[in-house]
Amino acid sequence: MGTDIAKLLQKKQKRILENWMTTQLSNISLREDLMSNDELREQSAEFLDTLLKVLTEKNLGNVESSDFEPVHELLAGISLSRAKQGFTPAETGVYIFSLKEALLTSLQTDIKEDPAFLLDAVIRISRLMDYLCITAFETFIKGREEVILRQTDEIAEISTPVIRVWDGILALPIIGTLDSARTQVVMESLLQEIVASSSTIAILDISGVAAVDSLVAQHLIKTVAATRLMGAECIISGIRPEIAQTVVHLGIDLSNIITKATLASALKQAFTMLKLNVKKVETIKSGI
Amino acid sequence: MDRIPILRMGRLLLVTIQIDLYDRLATNLETDLVQMVNKTEAKGVLIDISALSIVDSFMGRILGNIGSMSKIMDAETVVVGMQPAVAITLIELGLELKGVHTALNVEKGMELLKEKIGNYDEDLTEDDEDSTE
Repeated sequence: MGTDIAKLLQKKQKRILENWMTTQLSNISLREDLMSNDELREQSAEFLDTLLKVLTEKNLGNVESSDFEPVHELLAGISLSRAKQGFTPAETGVYIFSLKEALLTSLQTDIKEDPAFLLDAVIRISRLMDYLCITAFETFIKGREEVILRQTDEIAEISTPVIRVWDGILALPIIGTLDSARTQVVMESLLQEIVASSSTIAILDISGVAAVDSLVAQHLIKTVAATRLMGAECIISGIRPEIAQTVVHLGIDLSNIITKATLASALKQAFTMLKLNVKKVETIKSGI
Repeated sequence: MDRIPILRMGRLLLVTIQIDLYDRLATNLETDLVQMVNKTEAKGVLIDISALSIVDSFMGRILGNIGSMSKIMDAETVVVGMQPAVAITLIELGLELKGVHTALNVEKGMELLKEKIGNYDEDLTEDDEDSTE
């Protein structure tokens, strides 16, 4: 039996595409909101065309053959764009697996009379499709990770504002988790602002920090020490009861750092240190 | 050999480091400074490191040493004008310069020193009187 599987599939390309499209369109996970049917059809047709073009009897058995390079590239592109558009992994999986199903159905109808050859063909096509599927998922995850990384960068950038609350007093509200990278950013921007505004007091407000563990405390102590080296004093404010509890339970010594419960009391302390006084203006009752 | 000049202003000693310190220069500065403190009976030492952009652990230790040495010779040390990058480096190296006071700039450093050794102002005026006699 000298039937060429690749040729067989190439001949039936149109029917396979139709089958594939029907499976995809009938699947409940179809996302018409993210991609129109026409777009999907175009994408599918292009992919199938590329795949069948490079497919030969020889390279079918060797899934790692460099002939499949363009297919992998195309698939990676599709997978990446799907990841960024917000498709779920299952939806991307359906895309590949329904193609496999369409290919296998086509083979089944064409080589009905020779079960041994059919089995061989099915195994080889399955192996190829599975390998493609791995590529798809790898790039899908990579795409997702890129999105996450970009978001992390954005968060790090927007969440370290240094505020000048008074002449010579800076405040830095820390929101989110405090890891080594964040601490570095916080420390740098704080120290730079201290120099730029020649402030002598910095208030670190940690009321937005979800949890304080020994590592976070270590980072805080480092920041305070660095500010001291610069010649400014650092006050930590926003110590919530839960934070106070964990800090003491962990045995972290914050005794040589000025700590305050609220930003208001930290500001009051800063005023005292700068020998400033806030007074209520006596309203003068004006007579008629 | 290069030396870093130590200026005397009354009871204060003023050191400005304008070039990058290499190890030899730093050890020389340490020796010169303690001798100067001894000779002039200085009550305060002000070190301006605003031009210093590179520090290593050795330099950090020298700064700390100068502070501790001056302290036991009854002089306060203020390091002023530290660059943010330098501060971060020193902290990462685990050097907190415990015996040293710090200030943002020379002006604030002077104020701090005057506050710390304020009690000696009377001595100073007495000295002045002595010299006029």
